[in-house]
Amino acid sequence: MDIQFTEEQELLRSSVQRLLRDQYDFEARRKIVASEEGFSRTRWKAFTELGLLAAPFSEDAGGLGGGPLSTMIVMQEFGRHLVVEPFVETVVLAGSLIEQLGTSEQKQGIIPGIIDGSRIWALAWTERASRFDFANVATKARREGGDYVLSGEKTMVMAAPWADHLIVSARTAGDNRDRGGVSLFVVDRHAAGVNLQSFKTIDGRRAAEISLREVRGQLLGAEGEGVAALETCRDRAIGALCAEVVGAIGELNAATLDYSKTRKQFGTTIGSFQVLQHRMVDMFIAHQEALSLMQHLNLSLDAGDSGLSRLASGAKSKIGYAGKFVADQAVQLHGGMGMTDELNVGHYFKRISSINIQFGDPAFHVLRYAQLDAAA
Amino acid sequence: MELALSAEDAAFRDEVRAFIVDNYPAEMRVPNPETDLTKEQSLLWHRILHKKGWIAPLWPKEYGGPGWTVTQRFIFEQETSRAGTLPPLAFSVTMVGPVIYTFGNKAQKKKFLPRILSGEDWWCQGYSEPGSGSDLATVRTKAVREGDHYVVNGHKTWTTLAQHADWIFCLVRTDPNAKPQSGISFLLIDMKSPGVTVRPIITIDGSHEVNDVFLEDVRVPVENLVGEENKGWTYAKFLLGNERTSMAGIGRSTRYLRKLKQIVRAEIPADDPAYLEFLRDIARVELDVLALEATELRVVAQMARGIDPGPAASLFKIRGTEIFQDITELTHRAIGNYGLAIREHPISSNRFMPGPDYGHTTSEKYLNARKLSIYGGSNEIQRNIIAKAVLGL
Repeated sequence: MDIQFTEEQELLRSSVQRLLRDQYDFEARRKIVASEEGFSRTRWKAFTELGLLAAPFSEDAGGLGGGPLSTMIVMQEFGRHLVVEPFVETVVLAGSLIEQLGTSEQKQGIIPGIIDGSRIWALAWTERASRFDFANVATKARREGGDYVLSGEKTMVMAAPWADHLIVSARTAGDNRDRGGVSLFVVDRHAAGVNLQSFKTIDGRRAAEISLREVRGQLLGAEGEGVAALETCRDRAIGALCAEVVGAIGELNAATLDYSKTRKQFGTTIGSFQVLQHRMVDMFIAHQEALSLMQHLNLSLDAGDSGLSRLASGAKSKIGYAGKFVADQAVQLHGGMGMTDELNVGHYFKRISSINIQFGDPAFHVLRYAQLDAAA
Repeated sequence: MELALSAEDAAFRDEVRAFIVDNYPAEMRVPNPETDLTKEQSLLWHRILHKKGWIAPLWPKEYGGPGWTVTQRFIFEQETSRAGTLPPLAFSVTMVGPVIYTFGNKAQKKKFLPRILSGEDWWCQGYSEPGSGSDLATVRTKAVREGDHYVVNGHKTWTTLAQHADWIFCLVRTDPNAKPQSGISFLLIDMKSPGVTVRPIITIDGSHEVNDVFLEDVRVPVENLVGEENKGWTYAKFLLGNERTSMAGIGRSTRYLRKLKQIVRAEIPADDPAYLEFLRDIARVELDVLALEATELRVVAQMARGIDPGPAASLFKIRGTEIFQDITELTHRAIGNYGLAIREHPISSNRFMPGPDYGHTTSEKYLNARKLSIYGGSNEIQRNIIAKAVLGL
């Protein structure tokens, strides 16, 4: 069950590590986040050239066929460096939805633009009342000729200000919260009637409130299949985000341990205090368990195991709580320094806190895990 | 969750599974095997495994081990634990046996090892003393050399199942002037020796598992010293590191979780807000088990590739015991009012146990499981070990 990585996978990991070490240290990241656009097209190009954007796609689609395990490897390193570029949004979310649902024409028209780095994507499913429920959709879509026309409001759409295209969930039938009446659409971000109100998120990224007024969109998949497709897509996203959390936990633990060995109080290093030693042991254990579960989930994603969605929820919850615990303790053990914008620790804290909200918080997912068991 | 098994390993797993089904004694299937069996009953399975050649998975073949790989040992552990079989006495097979074949002399190996394997000798562990718990290096039980004998005086405590034991392996102080760790020796003492007295300690669950063992002028032949005099601490540490993964107790936790779910479904109406709270609490502990199991499989896979797992045993001990404590506590809560009652034990003299059958052992399990974070090196000691060995603190 332990992943014995293939030579290719090891090569992927070491090349991502080298790239990020050279081009994505904490100071470089700070500049990227503070730049006008808020992300780096230069880095995006470097990711492209390294083949990261092609890695998970099937070879049929022009990718490298690395699947969820390659995403896991990339995301773990991205988590260590707090990479802000929209890899998850473009490659994992949009990429997997299009691979899963697209017609061959759509796949041929869209995936090459993702792989060559020329097109950035965002997924617009959240609405004012939706919380974590994919079925709670008020945005409407009606058929007009071969196309659809969408109207409504999407909220908190991560990476939307950077995106060239959106995948939007909208209601084609039924009442609010009716699962079978939600469909997905490909929308040009610059199309007439698309309006963005952009803003910064707590983890240094960009998001937008989106209003759609009579916007033309292209159906992705069949009508009414939107919720099921989003659920599958969420499983993939969780695999990626859990890897990101594990990467972040590893860095927080290393930084905290290092700090505890140099910071002196009461005439000795604070790492000599047993109460802090035991705390750091619990952080170490949290990391080991999160890493194991993250690998287990991604192996299951790779194999397409049954019961996958329940496992994804379980991992999102367990690893989310683990990340929260480690992030809390890392800030606490760094004392006042942990509160500063200057130190990287607080930025990991904020990224983990963001991930814990995206696609459902740990409390949401632990109940989903429990209820899928009861339903089985 | 399953280890990805080769065809041979999968066949081995099926063989173990079938062997348990065909051979595990029905009379050992009692509500609480740890407390409800007589000595003779609890040895039945031991003898069956011995006959099969499977009693000592850890042992090298030359001493009577089955010659299994790391993976096969893990599979055996996993299958026996999932099936809820009573593990053979650890003090004999897992603890003192390996010390004897690693550090003992030829005569000791010849005398003791076959009797450990057959179950003829029941061993108990003489480590803790009233003044030496976690700080084991301060043991005060004295062994003074007089000719061909040591004369031993002292008081051992928390000695598990000493009431059944034929032998006790003891840490004794042979050099009172040396530093604490370096004046200790590892001595094998016949429980029938004059001067050995066993006094029961009844624990909060009402059971008699542990004892005080008093040693008064006990004469122990010098040939019962293992290894060198004053080197006992090294052997004791070896013994503690011997068991690697089984402390995680995944099989046991999984069985008890299943039972917990059954009790919650039977006892709590689905429209009761408490039902949702139980669902969430159970899901959280179930995920704890899953993450620990995934960690165990990761470590086993690494060991099979020859990678030293480091102090993984400490991690498994900490989390395995915390998890089992959570499960037994949730189960005790789930049974509601019947959690007030406790089954018959030497001390309670209850002849009657109210409530449904599935709840009859919840109180005693809940109470008994409090020991887990204390024994075998308290969880605080385990955290010290990881802090030092992994974190370098």
